[in-house]
Amino acid sequence: MSLLELRDVEARYGAVRALHGVTLDVEEGELVSVLGANGAGKTTTLRAVSGTVRASGDIVLDGQRVTRRGPEAMARLGVAHVPEGRGTFATLSVLDNLRLGAWTRRSAVDGDLRRVFAFFPRLEERRDQQAGTLSGGEQQMLALGRALMARPRLLLLDEPSLGLAPLVVREIFEALSKMNADDGTTIVVVEQNAVLALRHAARAYVLETGRVVLGGPAEELRANESVRRSYLGY
Amino acid sequence: MTEFLQQVVSGLASGGIYGSLALAVVLIYRSTGVVNFAQGEMATLSAFVCWTFMDHGVAFWPAFALTLVLSFFGGVAVETVFVRPVQGAPTLAIVILTIGLLIMVNGLTTWIWGGAAKPFDGPFSTEPIDVGGVRFSKQDLGVIVVSLIVIALMWLLFSRTKLGLGLRAAAVNPIESRLVGVRVAWMLALGWGLAAVLGAVAGVMAAPSLFLDPNMMQTVLLYAFAAAVLGGMDSPVGAVVGGLLLGVLLNLVGTYIDWVGGQLRLATALAVILVVLLVRPAGLFGRQAVQRV
Amino acid sequence: MRPTLAAKWVAVVAGTAIVIALPFVVSQFRAVQLATVAVYFIAIVGLDILTGYSGQISLGHGALMAVGGYTTGILMTHHGWPDLATIPVAALVGGAVGVAVGIPALRLHGLYLALATFGVAVALPTILKKFDHFTGGSTGLSLFSHLTGHGVGVTILGHRLTNNDWLYALTWSIAIPLFLLAWWLVSSAFGRSIRAVRDNELAAAASGVNRATYKVAAFGVSAAYAGVAGALYAVVSTFVNPDTFPITLSLYLLVGAVVGGYGSIWGAALGALLIQFLDDIVDVLPGIDPKQAGPRTFFFGAVLVVVMIVLPLLTRLTNRVYTRS
Repeated sequence: MSLLELRDVEARYGAVRALHGVTLDVEEGELVSVLGANGAGKTTTLRAVSGTVRASGDIVLDGQRVTRRGPEAMARLGVAHVPEGRGTFATLSVLDNLRLGAWTRRSAVDGDLRRVFAFFPRLEERRDQQAGTLSGGEQQMLALGRALMARPRLLLLDEPSLGLAPLVVREIFEALSKMNADDGTTIVVVEQNAVLALRHAARAYVLETGRVVLGGPAEELRANESVRRSYLGY
Repeated sequence: MTEFLQQVVSGLASGGIYGSLALAVVLIYRSTGVVNFAQGEMATLSAFVCWTFMDHGVAFWPAFALTLVLSFFGGVAVETVFVRPVQGAPTLAIVILTIGLLIMVNGLTTWIWGGAAKPFDGPFSTEPIDVGGVRFSKQDLGVIVVSLIVIALMWLLFSRTKLGLGLRAAAVNPIESRLVGVRVAWMLALGWGLAAVLGAVAGVMAAPSLFLDPNMMQTVLLYAFAAAVLGGMDSPVGAVVGGLLLGVLLNLVGTYIDWVGGQLRLATALAVILVVLLVRPAGLFGRQAVQRV
Repeated sequence: MRPTLAAKWVAVVAGTAIVIALPFVVSQFRAVQLATVAVYFIAIVGLDILTGYSGQISLGHGALMAVGGYTTGILMTHHGWPDLATIPVAALVGGAVGVAVGIPALRLHGLYLALATFGVAVALPTILKKFDHFTGGSTGLSLFSHLTGHGVGVTILGHRLTNNDWLYALTWSIAIPLFLLAWWLVSSAFGRSIRAVRDNELAAAASGVNRATYKVAAFGVSAAYAGVAGALYAVVSTFVNPDTFPITLSLYLLVGAVVGGYGSIWGAALGALLIQFLDDIVDVLPGIDPKQAGPRTFFFGAVLVVVMIVLPLLTRLTNRVYTRS
């Protein structure tokens, strides 16, 4: 059963239409990548799912139609969205940032904090530091850690590799794969770095000007002629 | 030396009042970028409500507690009814709205209770108390204690509770806060409610010495602004420290600089505002903003 | 939906005609009230230039009026000047003060300027009381002895005018030309420049508009208007004292400027009428005792609140209608 289904989803910013009818689905426990050039609509797709931008069409989460719900409601339904630029609360401490991740949870969160620190030991070292003083890579780990605290059913990541050194990016993606493998967390990753994304994802979609133009298993896309030329560089 | 200490203590007492009201202003400013010009009038209204309870036979402390509760809901109501509809508007437009509220609440208070000043029986006697050979006013000491307790409770709420975390997050980054599930709109309303509570404390603590009349807090509002500016408009710590500092400063300047005397207290506060804004706009504890080209 | 140039001219001509005709139909009491309306009108037009057109919010316009009022008062009582001669001086002094204030104001953006001007307005009465050698302290200055007509009446070109009619004529014969001047200013290059600065400082700077000069000039012009208004206020009241220009005056002027068209000079008359005739308006409401200050103030504030909430909603609605495509 698909955890997430998008059918002919449209979205606009004011007068400008960003999504012209996106159709895709994500199975429970999958790690799916959404690829495309700048302006293709990748970020908008994630925003539509998390309710940050108003969309029309059908967005179905675990059988429930959630198209018009706002971000708070989607968070309560177990959707964790890590936006482009990490979205850390710069003036709050690392610990406070992580605690915020668990906002929608009622039960005690200490166990979850331990889990996150196990994933990202560097965060434990810096637990009382202001989040804004962390390096780019550490902030991305913090953003992931915050998402983990929510024990999300669906994790949405927007450009996690942006502005980070290759070594750090590798760490992040390994953590993602681990989350997906160990906890069975369903993950949708939007990435411009197609090579990286296709290496870790099970399936991928390619967006162009607000529409899905290609979709399938990662190996297939890697072998695909036009994908290779446009996004993989060879 | 005796007089110096007395002026410092009484300055801390008025400073506690200024700091409470300044903290209210800063709370709302931090979360919405708006300066609530009606904060003083709302505080006056709270003081009148407290007076009414006492006029009907309720003892001070229960009346005070009831007033704080009612003020909280009043603050929430004001945000929900008047401020939320204009959420997306430019900041100055919302400020003009708060000025409208200032006038409205002032009119409401005059309408219900009349313009004549009423005596307000505070909880502390005005008798002096001897501490180490120096006589201080019991009222001053009481006001200092109450102000500090309320401020400390606020601090605990903000820094130690989940709700406080949500309030802080919503103030710092509303978009991200919504993504983690914080109901930002409610946090804003709560912020106004808590600010109203702080204002009520300031108003009730000020009433015994200022005499209760509808215009009572207009000058206190200016002192609160001066305190907030001095401490840094986005710093709660700054608001409290700024208030205490300002209270002491005004007393000392008024006592030891003859030309200023008692008449130019407001002008001194104005001078503080102008000097800080022109020389170091971030105040003592505020974050330095990047200057636009 | 902007009024056309022709519509504006019609409004001006019609307004002038009404102003000329009114004294013949209203009572003496109303005449002096309407003279005060002219005073508020001038002040609001000045405030419109500052806040509406150049985007610098001022909560201290009453203080600028006080500059003019006390200039008049001091010249008349300490130096024996006749009242009419003091008016241009009040304009100049006001303008100078405006420029002097406008320069440091450059460093205070929006909210901080509002705070600073609020502070000036609140502190002003105590400052006036302090310098009692000039200002007459708490008692203030009485202008009676040097008023044109000595408060009894004036003869112009053979016609006998009562004092109230004289005040009406004096104030409006200054108000209308000042309005025309303001109209010319805001339509000219000056007006375009200050609006450019208001809307986008960066773009204005990029296109060669010296934002500092224009902002300070706007402050100066606005303060000159306030100075004239203050001088006339003093003449109409026959005295000035520290309580003549309280913080509420500054706030009411802002209300008048906002309610009367969001800072457009075309609404200034409406704003001025609102301030002056608030009592009469409130009278109409059932169950309100017109003698009480409370209801008056309450409804005045309520008017501003309603305007600030409703108008943006209305414009948003009309925008939706327009941009539906």
